[in-house]
Amino acid sequence: MPIDILMPALSPTMEEGTLSKWVKKEGDTVKSGDVIAEIETDKATMEVEAVDEGVIGKLLVEAGTENVKVNTKIAILLAEGESADAISADAPKADADTPAATSDAAGGKAREASEETPVAAKVPAQPKIEVAADPDIPEGTEMVSTTVREALRDAMAEEMRRDGDVFVMGEEVAEYQGAYKITQGLLQEFGAKRVVDTPITEHGFAGIGVGAAMSGLKPIVEFMTFNFAMQAIDQIINSAAKTLYMSGGQMGAPIVFRGPNGAAARVGAQHSQDFSSWYSQIPGLKVVMPYTAADAKGLLKAAIRDPNPVVFLENEILYGQHFDVPKLDDFVLPIGKARIHRKGKDATIVSFGIGMTYAVKAVAELEKEGIDVELIDLRTIRPMDLPTVIESVKKTGRLVTVEEGYPQNSVGTEIATRVMQQAFDYLDAPVLTIAGKDVPMPYAANLEKLALPTVGEVVQAVKTVCYK
Amino acid sequence: MAQTKSASASGRKPAAKSASKTVSKEFSGKNTPEFGKDDDLHAYREMLLIRRFEEKAGQLYGMGFIGGFCHLYIGQEAVVVGMQMAQQEGDQVITAYRDHGHMLACGMSPRGVMAELTGRQGGLSKGKGGSMHMFSKEKHFYGGHGIVGAQVSLGTGLAFANAYRNNDSVSVAYFGDGAANQGQVYESFNMAALWKLPIIYIVENNRYAMGTSTARATAQSNYSMRGVGFGIPGVQVDGMDVRAVKAAADEALAHCRSGKGPIILEMLTYRYRGHSMSDPAKYRSKEEVQKMRSEQDPIEQVRNRLLEKGWASEDELKAIDKDIRDIVTDSADFAQNDPEPDASELYTDILL
Repeated sequence: MPIDILMPALSPTMEEGTLSKWVKKEGDTVKSGDVIAEIETDKATMEVEAVDEGVIGKLLVEAGTENVKVNTKIAILLAEGESADAISADAPKADADTPAATSDAAGGKAREASEETPVAAKVPAQPKIEVAADPDIPEGTEMVSTTVREALRDAMAEEMRRDGDVFVMGEEVAEYQGAYKITQGLLQEFGAKRVVDTPITEHGFAGIGVGAAMSGLKPIVEFMTFNFAMQAIDQIINSAAKTLYMSGGQMGAPIVFRGPNGAAARVGAQHSQDFSSWYSQIPGLKVVMPYTAADAKGLLKAAIRDPNPVVFLENEILYGQHFDVPKLDDFVLPIGKARIHRKGKDATIVSFGIGMTYAVKAVAELEKEGIDVELIDLRTIRPMDLPTVIESVKKTGRLVTVEEGYPQNSVGTEIATRVMQQAFDYLDAPVLTIAGKDVPMPYAANLEKLALPTVGEVVQAVKTVCYK
Repeated sequence: MAQTKSASASGRKPAAKSASKTVSKEFSGKNTPEFGKDDDLHAYREMLLIRRFEEKAGQLYGMGFIGGFCHLYIGQEAVVVGMQMAQQEGDQVITAYRDHGHMLACGMSPRGVMAELTGRQGGLSKGKGGSMHMFSKEKHFYGGHGIVGAQVSLGTGLAFANAYRNNDSVSVAYFGDGAANQGQVYESFNMAALWKLPIIYIVENNRYAMGTSTARATAQSNYSMRGVGFGIPGVQVDGMDVRAVKAAADEALAHCRSGKGPIILEMLTYRYRGHSMSDPAKYRSKEEVQKMRSEQDPIEQVRNRLLEKGWASEDELKAIDKDIRDIVTDSADFAQNDPEPDASELYTDILL
């Protein structure tokens, strides 16, 4: 059977080109890899190599012809022992004056099909995520006053006892006992194999962590702060978050990236940034940002067990704060579930992480003025528990969000958008978003204060949405 | 891996003593033992499969069946085939985006690879990965990565896991002369040497990082020496001769399995085609390409040996060629006729 040589597409966007030159002529023998022609695309002049072997039986398009459509027959190759006579019978249309009109059926169909697809196929609905409620804490359970720091350490220690595949790696996590003492005591209990000090090399050890996770281990990668994780963000997003999808579900990365996030105090612009909205944009990641010690413990344990990559955003200022943590053997909380911190009826505040410290104080002040606020701690930024927020807004009709991060494309603006789209009719006032100011973090004490949200701003925002 | 006990994965051990003052003394990589008949026939088949597969992929690209980027491995076949011949079950492979050859050499199905190239449901990633992103747990192939250099850190993580599990497997991480200039490669070298991780770093030096020749891109074009600062031994290998690759691989794998830590093999190789399908390759002369093809082609070398030694007749080689063409044609037919993934696949495989 003679083989058709077709006008090839030579770039992701090419639809037609100029057949500028034939390098082989009729009767020439070609081997695979031989250059047979030169084609000018919109970008460059390219050589066309033969794939099949044989003798050029006929050239169907003259050198110099412009606008030759992709998949047009441009030549016919004869296999060993075939004669040129075979051509006229097999390819009667090949001599037509308009070669651009003839196109290879299969290839042509493939293109048509792909062009039709966006119109013909409906975008399937995004699946709903069902998240279990918090586990019941049995009556009479002892509550132990615990710092967030201790809660995080306990969570890691418990999970490391439970599963030998869990290990922690990062800068100063072992011998130094943690730059912020989160890994205190872990080296002594679990040894140097499972509590691994790394050099200062975020990009490298994040990649090593993801590679280890792809082979089935469950690394906890500690960043001394998330500011330094910007060095490693390619591995977090391009490798950890996307592999499951790119592999058609064959291979994922069960890994936790954790460390302090956001502003500490007086450490200047490069060490004071909240990355919650950055990571929350990425499909394939879960993003957790706890406020209380109980949530820190229960959610970190869940994150370590989760088969997906989890970005776990802590806060240095919260590390030393005390909260009650239930004394239970295995206290695990669901990722993706908000917690109603305080019930109320007049307005809703949604916050998370350190933002909650402003919200809690504002709620107390507002109570004195007779405004009864429902306060929701989002806890997980992705997947976001919007139903809990919307249920609350249906009740109160008013919503204020509070966070420390930059105001543009913040978590608050995302919540405002979705509430506007899904609960517009329930809103009695525009949603207000309280965030950090739109500036790099200044060093001077007075300017730093100005750059962060204040309790007063939150109080004022709630009064504004209540028209008071 | 006897020496990689728990402590070696800890980072608490002092750095490995300068592993090689004179690199070549400890590790030569220069042995090029003759292949026996079986090895030569095996190498011929494997390399020919990659060559014919890639040619067919190029053709399907030209017909519009394959979209986007498509990076062909033609010319470099001896590297991955020689390495694979030396590896044992359980050794992991990871590479960048010029990856079809690696997948075929790992034993992944030609149909699955080709159907992934055409974005069909029968592709190895259900059509959701594309030319640059395929994986196989079963064949220990860890991708298939599109960010230049990222696979080097990931591959080092695979080696970390081997050390953690104290098993006998070696991670084989491929990257190009271009990726060799990325920072995370050296971050990985440092930790691999520090913790004596079982990994072979393969620099596939095909002389051009897209359009930039090594001479224009690097102050140290001997990539085998890129680990000297970390005490990682390295050698240059004739990557066009599958026997040389296999011999170097044998030695390197033994080095890693004996607990001596990482090693670098610089494979001197050449890609015949452009960087991707849309690259006219104007940065090098036609004569340069033709010279490599006619004088050093990895497949022709084996073919000539087979004929000279009388291990195969022209007819027998023709039969192999036909066999390979049939496999490739079958994969192409499958890849053209298999349906596109169902729309419901859009939202699957994002989270477990």
